[in-house]
Amino acid sequence: MSWRPLGVIAGLTARELLRRRLVHALLLLTALVLALTGWGFSRIPHLHLGGELLTPQLARLAAAQLLLLVMFMFSFVVGLTAAFLAAPAVAGELESGIALAVLARPISRAEFLVGRWLGLALPLLAYVVLSASVEFWLVAVGTGYAPPNPVGAEAALAGQGLVLLTLTLALSTRLSAMTSGVVAVVVFGAMWVAGVAGAFGSAFHNTAISAVGTVSHLLVPSDGLWRAAVYEIQPKLFASASLSRVGSPFSATSGATPAYLVFAAAWVLLVLAAAVLSLDRREV
Amino acid sequence: MAAAGVGGQPEGEAVITRGLTKRYGSRLALDGLDLQVGYGEVFGFLGPNGAGKTTFVKLLLGLGRPSAGTGQLLGRPLGDRSARSKVGYLPELFRYQGWLRAQEVLTLHCQLAGLPPAGFPDEVGRSLELVGLAGRGEDLVSTFSKGMQQRLGLAVALLGAPRLVVLDEPTSALDPVGRHDVRELIRRLRQEGVTVFLNSHLLSEVELVCDRVAVVDRGRVLAQGALTDLLSGEGPRVRCRDLPGDALPGLGALRRDGDWVSVPGLDRSRTPELVAAIVAAGGRVYQVDEGRASLEERFLQLLERA
Repeated sequence: MSWRPLGVIAGLTARELLRRRLVHALLLLTALVLALTGWGFSRIPHLHLGGELLTPQLARLAAAQLLLLVMFMFSFVVGLTAAFLAAPAVAGELESGIALAVLARPISRAEFLVGRWLGLALPLLAYVVLSASVEFWLVAVGTGYAPPNPVGAEAALAGQGLVLLTLTLALSTRLSAMTSGVVAVVVFGAMWVAGVAGAFGSAFHNTAISAVGTVSHLLVPSDGLWRAAVYEIQPKLFASASLSRVGSPFSATSGATPAYLVFAAAWVLLVLAAAVLSLDRREV
Repeated sequence: MAAAGVGGQPEGEAVITRGLTKRYGSRLALDGLDLQVGYGEVFGFLGPNGAGKTTFVKLLLGLGRPSAGTGQLLGRPLGDRSARSKVGYLPELFRYQGWLRAQEVLTLHCQLAGLPPAGFPDEVGRSLELVGLAGRGEDLVSTFSKGMQQRLGLAVALLGAPRLVVLDEPTSALDPVGRHDVRELIRRLRQEGVTVFLNSHLLSEVELVCDRVAVVDRGRVLAQGALTDLLSGEGPRVRCRDLPGDALPGLGALRRDGDWVSVPGLDRSRTPELVAAIVAAGGRVYQVDEGRASLEERFLQLLERA
């Protein structure tokens, strides 16, 4: 694989992203959500409970709960954005015929696909890190609550985005853009539901239902990474609190093990390799 | 634009295929296709819709894999990366990134072709001018008409002094002026020594510019050769009556088809002799056909026989 064509395709993809209305709308809405949630969080210390101001501890606990909700919405947005950006990146080019002129140049299918992936993945990572960092900072300034491991949380959220991005890109080497996007979003949702079911299974010591969560985390590690992010965002006492024992999607009893993180990274690389192979073997 | 660039032509063939076969499931798109295109030739690849023309071009450029058979492009195996760096290609289904400006599309292809970055602006400017899009480089491709997009596609194909230019139906979206411009462009490429592979079903267009042609149908080559040979048909024939006998002295045996008579194997240059011999033998001549068919006639003839 040569770096020059790979860099050309990655640069082209990133430029295309910056000119797409979907991305403009996403950035605008993100800025709006950050501003609104920042204002909302800043009001928490001024809330009254039983006629008295919330204690700083209670304010931080409330902020942590709300932050998890906001980050859940954020993870959903990241997942959907990854799917909808990746779906047309290969399938759209193949369907429209744009790929014909490009792939007839001295460029391999692997360079084309990995270039596409990099051109989508790097802006997505930048978006996750930047917007999550701003959100965490706003919460810390407004309420005094800071996630125990913000970098870990951002890495897990970015990982979740990469999983969806890579899966959609792989699907789009064979399916139409629309179908790839829809299938990826359905898989994302199904894994999330399976993760919740698994957590319930664990809470009620039901091995069969618990296995559903485990299998879903191995099949597509999107929910596994979301739960890793939750663990790094929530206060440590949540992990042992009764809340997490009833399978709430907004709490986690444990963080991701290093082995699981390695597995998730390997999963992304393997699916990317499968996507390259799939594109390499198809007619253009 | 400096669309050519080779001085002496290299040895061998620019395109050569042996038994090139392509199957899509049970459907046979190419059936053991043998073809040769010499360096510096303008080669017409003709066939009806669905004959396998575009499939063949895609195999040449590595956009598909043959089910069987082999081939070479510019002396390298089909799909070879270094060969593709010297090929310009205008696909039949041409579409370019609508969100880019015309000059950005061309710059992108300069980058992909591995041209020296310092030469990009000149290369882009020259190619735009060559296809009649000078002054439109700043326009978004999405604002271009289909004809203008096809012109842009031609400009893309001509970037970087290619040694082989593959044009798949290059005038399908062009008006008569545009078609004339493309013919001039092809003639200019020939003068510059560039090999042109013209994939088309517009026979008049091919007849005007091509040196050699191949006619394909259902994935097989029906005929291939110099255009003059292909159009020379089966020699002269004469429509006459009252001609006795089965042979003409000094010319040979007669073949009759209704009122039409001809002498198998007789060269077109001997048409006056044939007429004179018929008259001398007592025949009354009503019409003389030199035997040069139009490409359309020859094309239809070949398809009927197939």
